[in-house]
Amino acid sequence: MHLRSLTWPLLIVGLLALLAVPFFPQLVYSVFIMKTLCFVLFACAFNLLLGHTGILSFGHAAFFGTGAYVTGQLVKAYGVPTELGILAGGLVAALLGAVIGALAIRRSGIYLAMITLAMSQLVFFFFLQAPFTGAEDGLQRIPRGTLLGIIDLNSDAALYYVVLGIVGAGLWVVWRTVNSPFGQVLRAIREHEPRAISLGYPVARYKVLVFTLSAGLSGIAGSLKAIIFQLAALYDVHWHTSGDVILMTLLGGMNTVFGPAVGAVIVSTLNHYLDPFGAWVTVIIGVVFMTCVLTFRQGVVGELGRLLRSRHVPKPTKAPPHASARADSQR
Amino acid sequence: MDIFGVPIQALMGQLMLGIVNGSFYAVLSLGLAIIFGVLKIVNFAHGAFFMLGAFTAFLLAQHLGANYWTTLLVAPLAVALFGMLFEWLFLRRLYGLDPIYGLLLTFSLVLVLEGGFRVAFGSSGQPFATPEALRGTLNLGFMILPMYRGFVIVAALLVCLVTWFVIERTSLGANLRAATERAELTQAFGIDVPRLVTLTYGVGVGLAAFAGVLAAPIFHVNPSMGSSLVIIIFAVVVIGGLGSIMGAIVTGLGLGVVEGFTRVFYSEFSSTIVFLVMVLVLLLRPAGLFGREEG
Repeated sequence: MHLRSLTWPLLIVGLLALLAVPFFPQLVYSVFIMKTLCFVLFACAFNLLLGHTGILSFGHAAFFGTGAYVTGQLVKAYGVPTELGILAGGLVAALLGAVIGALAIRRSGIYLAMITLAMSQLVFFFFLQAPFTGAEDGLQRIPRGTLLGIIDLNSDAALYYVVLGIVGAGLWVVWRTVNSPFGQVLRAIREHEPRAISLGYPVARYKVLVFTLSAGLSGIAGSLKAIIFQLAALYDVHWHTSGDVILMTLLGGMNTVFGPAVGAVIVSTLNHYLDPFGAWVTVIIGVVFMTCVLTFRQGVVGELGRLLRSRHVPKPTKAPPHASARADSQR
Repeated sequence: MDIFGVPIQALMGQLMLGIVNGSFYAVLSLGLAIIFGVLKIVNFAHGAFFMLGAFTAFLLAQHLGANYWTTLLVAPLAVALFGMLFEWLFLRRLYGLDPIYGLLLTFSLVLVLEGGFRVAFGSSGQPFATPEALRGTLNLGFMILPMYRGFVIVAALLVCLVTWFVIERTSLGANLRAATERAELTQAFGIDVPRLVTLTYGVGVGLAAFAGVLAAPIFHVNPSMGSSLVIIIFAVVVIGGLGSIMGAIVTGLGLGVVEGFTRVFYSEFSSTIVFLVMVLVLLLRPAGLFGREEG
């Protein structure tokens, strides 16, 4: 397949470009790339639920924000080493994910979406009211600290490589999950839940598990964000952030593993470069979102893949009935 | 006289505030429930239409000098027309797909509308005058009730009852309920279901806009006035059970009262109690208080 033969060269070029970022400060702002990387991890983690299990969570900001606040508070107030702080942020978010997930999967579809939304509002309330979070001001001046007591993270370049490494590891976890027997079961649940149940899979347990994993990775993305900007703010737990991550995933393509990453890059870039236009950003993103829902629901990567396939595959073997499912397992 | 150490005036005041908020919840969740019943779409833009109603009233009053009663009639109609156009142009394309896409499309409409109004009017609130005739207060003996708030409660309940009556007791309502249960069969009986669907969306968002005009003198008119509300409304319909008309009205009012009481005892938590109730209801009765058990 031509798409597949393109994958590795593209991946290597992309990786080299990412590694080179700190050397060209006049070309790209490395903090912006770091922020984008956080959203890449966030969106791919989120897509474990939406794309691979068929669960729409409308409350993922709760996990992102929890990661940010937990890490921020641990590092700032208790002097916990940065790496442990990030780990703790991910763990607490995962725990929260297990609780919210267990509750939310009592219903499915849009009910589930609304339940997660409401649960994330409870979390929002907690961070608004809790004595340590600084309410509207957020948790400010979080020290970046050092990694393992050796590398000073106050240098953007050092932090950049750490973030790149952690996000890379997170993406690897996502990729491994999707391409594992566990991931196969998740897809079975997405395609036909009653059949998965009748085959004897403990579907509820699988759902809670993937919820936990997704929440944990989202939490780590939030933790990284808190370290990069030295700030954990209410916006991180606000439902707008939950909406943003859905947009990224949908825009990139939810039936792909790394489509959401592309979506995250697009949205993050739009946000960054349209910033001077103030409130227009929301309108533009809304229009992009609308177009995406109406016309290309496969997302950028999904549509691109389809385009490439339809061009290179000879006519007789065109689209078998379960084309989308098969394409999934190949990627 | 004190109840639980709270003076009765304070308690009654909060209870009244709770009923006023509950009236808004009732009208909004009623609209959401109707739309969901027929379109099977969760209208995320419900809060944005609420805001649109308030802004339309504000603009009518500001630029055309329309009085309050005209705006109360015209603004919901205008918003309903806009909603029907939106349904006809866009929402219609998503029927038959996963309902999640409807949720996402209406969510993107929120971004466009809220962003657009923020560009045009800024984030701060615009004051909206209480109509002349309703400026006084009523002395109920045990408490003083601002006349306008009393009017809000009455108007909201009236609209709810009229809507309930139309749906449950008229032939138009019967068609609507038929379309809710079996759209294709209803169509086969010669009823123009697509038009009914458009109409339903119009009525639903018109109700939201009506609540918006009612709310305009109480809250400031600002672009994000609906966005916090819509999430509470979601919780209300989950608690009441989606698709149940009476359930939406009763739950809306009830939760307003619960919120009012919470404000007396732990005021910071009053905006969140609804979500806690929702969690409890989901644990005990997953289909909602008035809902039927189904997927």
